[in-house]
This record gives sequence, structure tokens and C-alpha cells, in this order.
Amino acid sequence: MADLLKVSSNPHVRSKVTTESIMFLVIIALLPACGFGIYNFGIRALFVVLVTVVSAVFTEFLFGLYKRKQTIGDLSAIVTGLLLAMNLPVSIPYWAAAMGSVFAILVVKCLFGGLGQNFMNPALGGRCFLLISFPALMTNFVTDAYTGATPLAALKAGEEVNLLDMVIGRTAGTIGETSTVAILIGACILLLFGIIDLKIPGTYLVTFVLFVGIFGGHGFDLPYLTAQLCGGGLMLGAFFMATDYVTRPITVGGQYLFGAFLGIMTGIFRVFGAGAEGVSYAIILGNLLVPLMEKVTIPKAFGRGGKSHAK
Amino acid sequence: MKENSAIERLYNGIVKENPTFVLLLGMCPTLAVTTSAINGLGMGLTTAVVLTLSNVMISLLRKIIPNGVRIPAFIVVIASFVTIVQLLLEAYLPFLNEALGVYIPLIVVNCIILGRAEAYAYSHGPVSSLFDGLGMGLGFSVALTAIGAVREILGAGTLFNMAIMPKSYQPIGIFVLAPGAFFVLACLAAAQNYVKRKLAAKGKDVSKIGSGCGHDCLNCSEGACTERTAALKEEDK
Repeated sequence: MADLLKVSSNPHVRSKVTTESIMFLVIIALLPACGFGIYNFGIRALFVVLVTVVSAVFTEFLFGLYKRKQTIGDLSAIVTGLLLAMNLPVSIPYWAAAMGSVFAILVVKCLFGGLGQNFMNPALGGRCFLLISFPALMTNFVTDAYTGATPLAALKAGEEVNLLDMVIGRTAGTIGETSTVAILIGACILLLFGIIDLKIPGTYLVTFVLFVGIFGGHGFDLPYLTAQLCGGGLMLGAFFMATDYVTRPITVGGQYLFGAFLGIMTGIFRVFGAGAEGVSYAIILGNLLVPLMEKVTIPKAFGRGGKSHAK
Repeated sequence: MKENSAIERLYNGIVKENPTFVLLLGMCPTLAVTTSAINGLGMGLTTAVVLTLSNVMISLLRKIIPNGVRIPAFIVVIASFVTIVQLLLEAYLPFLNEALGVYIPLIVVNCIILGRAEAYAYSHGPVSSLFDGLGMGLGFSVALTAIGAVREILGAGTLFNMAIMPKSYQPIGIFVLAPGAFFVLACLAAAQNYVKRKLAAKGKDVSKIGSGCGHDCLNCSEGACTERTAALKEEDK
């Protein structure tokens, strides 16, 4: 009988979801796009991925030694390294890829207090660091397989693009961004397991399509809009980076606001900006505004608000 | 070291209360013009000259300037010296004038200068004010040159326009842009804090001594500052 009366303090029910299990699923979901990138760009892409992942984990390990608290077990460094590699062109020198990883983990994440405290997506922070520091290296998309411009650059120049190639991913670009199909497979995995939902990616893509349709100069022309959607890092950014738990708003209203903001900013960068791409800048800009978005969308507590309180 | 002696003032300005790394004053020129070591040095020395001269002048005038209008009076003195220095730079060092641009006239509103006038020169004699200005000015120059040097080495591979990095070095462009200034300032400030902590652990005194506090800050609620507040209240009555 004594066994029936167990007295303990809450919580009594624990979720099986942990940081490790979420990160593990994200890694699984990234593999299709990553694998396609390696198939598309050749073995060097694999080496770039390995360099960023290993240097990201190693940086986190060293910082853990210094702080006397190891955090590489939560797998987040692997996700950061993987995401960064997918945002790099295959021709990037290995030292630059490693430098991007070190910056992402050390400066963007660890110095601000580690996972959960970083104010912007580490992988995107690393990418933007490299993009500003080495613009020539980061926009060199010429490989043995592809000598032309990226579809997005071609689109900006007013050239025709092959939509089927863009959907499958047989185009120039960064390692992980080219194949819309592979990214969507990964996104489906995350959606099925409930890791992400469609609030942010949905609002992001819809707002973006509306913006480009209105201001893009081509009207609601289906091939043009599809090319804009499938080109560049939009899909990768919408499903894998804008949905980052740490750097998205936690309020529901804030998430819609965040998605809409990203859509508009990406549209502005792509339509009016000097470059062809703007997803990464849009997302890190959005990351910086997240605290404000949360502040204006705090839901009312139950029993508060309504007419009786509106004095 | 005796407080307010020449050596103590210099040491205080350069090390103990370095305006950039310890007091974090004058951040605008610090972040904006330190794209290269020579720019940092030029800005630092220009500010040092203005700071020293204005400190002496304000110290000499401290008995005449009425309390109520002391800030406008400081600004007039500082602005006069900035104008002189700017004209001299235009005449004799045009390349530096070009590189620093609008930041020369902006020295007028540099808070280090106004801060030293208010916190030190207004309540101390001209000689110690002179060395206070020199120390703070040199501290500012050292800090700006250091930041400029690091940014120039990393961002352009040169130091004082001489190539010092191997040919294979790929300059990291971000360091000559605005974000690089923040990175370098943060790292250098952290480094000097680290060194100071080590020194303090060895028993050397590197603490801020709040020197320059002539017990005269109107709004300072620290115990030592009550003297002046009390005197002012007396005046009001």
C-alpha cells in the first residue's frame, strides 16, 4: 500500500522532447538537401560540410573547456555547421568555411550565453560575416558543372530560367539551397514530427509572393513567381532558419508578424536591392526585431481585457 | 604616487582611467575613424591637443565662470580651440584633415573633453589640469591607435600603410567596416580588463580612483560629493 502514495513535487509528467531529439530531427531533415548538394556539386561539397561541422563542434568544445561546462551534447553545433555549409558556395576555401563556423559559434552564440541566448541565428550570422568580409569568395558560384549565373541573378538580369531545373535543383548556387524538392522533403519531416509549424514559413512565403507580385514588375505571372520562390535561399531560410526556436518570436501573433516582416524585407532586397538575394539579411534583421515583436503581441491573460477593463 | 601630481595624472589617463577602454567615453570618433592606425593616431592626437588646451584655459577661468552657465562657457572655449586646430590641420596636414573629415569639428561635442572640463579642470589648478588633459589625451590616442592598428592589420593586411602580412593573407573586409570597430573595441576592452585583473591579483592597484571627482558633480549622490551639493543648497537659500 505504501507504494500507492508517492509524494513528490511537480512536474509529474515530463515530455520526451528534448533539445537533443529536436536537433537530431533537424539534422535528419537537413540531410536530403545536403545530400543533393553533394550529388549536385561533387565531393568537394562534402568536404565543405565536414569542415564547417567539425570546426563548429570543435569551437563549442573549446569554449566548453573554458567555461567548464560541455554543451556539444545538445547537437546544436552540428546543426549550425550543417546550415552554414548549406549557405556557402561549393568553391569556398576551407579556411573561410572554418572561419565562418568559428564566428557563428563563438561570437554569435557562445559569447552571448550559449544556445537559447543568441539573438540571431548563428549560421546566418556566420554567413553574413563571410559575405561582408569576402564578397568575392562568397558569390563565386562558378563550378565545373555550372558556369552561368545563379537562377536568381539571371532572373534579375531579365533572362529566362529553366523552372524544372530550379525545382529539382540542377542549378548554380550555394550547397544546400538549390533543390526545392529536397528542402521540402526535409520540411515535411519537421512538420510531421511537429518540430515546426506553418505559421512562420507560410506567412513568409505568402507575404513574399504578394510583395513580388505587386512590386516585382511582372505582375502575378506564375512562372516568374515560381522562379522567385524556388530561387536562392528562400525555401531553406523559410523552413529551416526563420523557424529557429531561439530567434523567432514565441507569441503566436509575433510569429505571423515575423513571417510577414521577413516576406516584405526579402521582397524589398530582391526587387529594389542591388544584389539578387536578400534572404539571409532579411532573417537576421528580423531576428533583431524579435523582442519588439513579442512586446507588441503579448497575449492577454485569461480574465484580463474585455470591456470591463477598458477604462 | 601623490594624487594630482603630474606623473599620477598621466598614469591615470593612460592606464587607470583610460577614456576609451575604462570610461567608455567618446565612442563616436572611436568607432568611426579608426579604420587605420594613422587615422586613429591623428584623431587621438588632435583630440589630445584640444583637450589639453581647453583644460588649461577652463582651469584658469574657473573662478570667473558662473556656475549656472558653465556648460555653455566650456563649449565656447572648446569650440574656439577646435576651430584653431581645424584651420591648422587644413593648412599643414591636409591629408589628415581629409581622412578625418567631419569628425574634426565634432571634437567640440566629444564627451571626454567636456567631461574632463566638468569633472577635473573646473575644480583644479592649471598645472594639474594640464597633465590631466595630456594624460587623458594620450590615453585616447593610445586606444585609438591600438584599435586602428588591429583593424588595419586584419582588414587590409597593412600597418601604417606598410604591408606586413604575407602575400597569401586574405584581408577580412568586415574589420574596416563599422561592425569590425565594435568587435575590436570589445576585444581590446576585454583584454585590458583581463590584464588589470591579473595585476590586481598580484596586489597592484589599478582600480579606478574616481579621480577628477572634485566633489563637485551636481547630481552625484556618492557620499563624497555631498560637500558641493550642500554648498549649493546653501547658496540657493
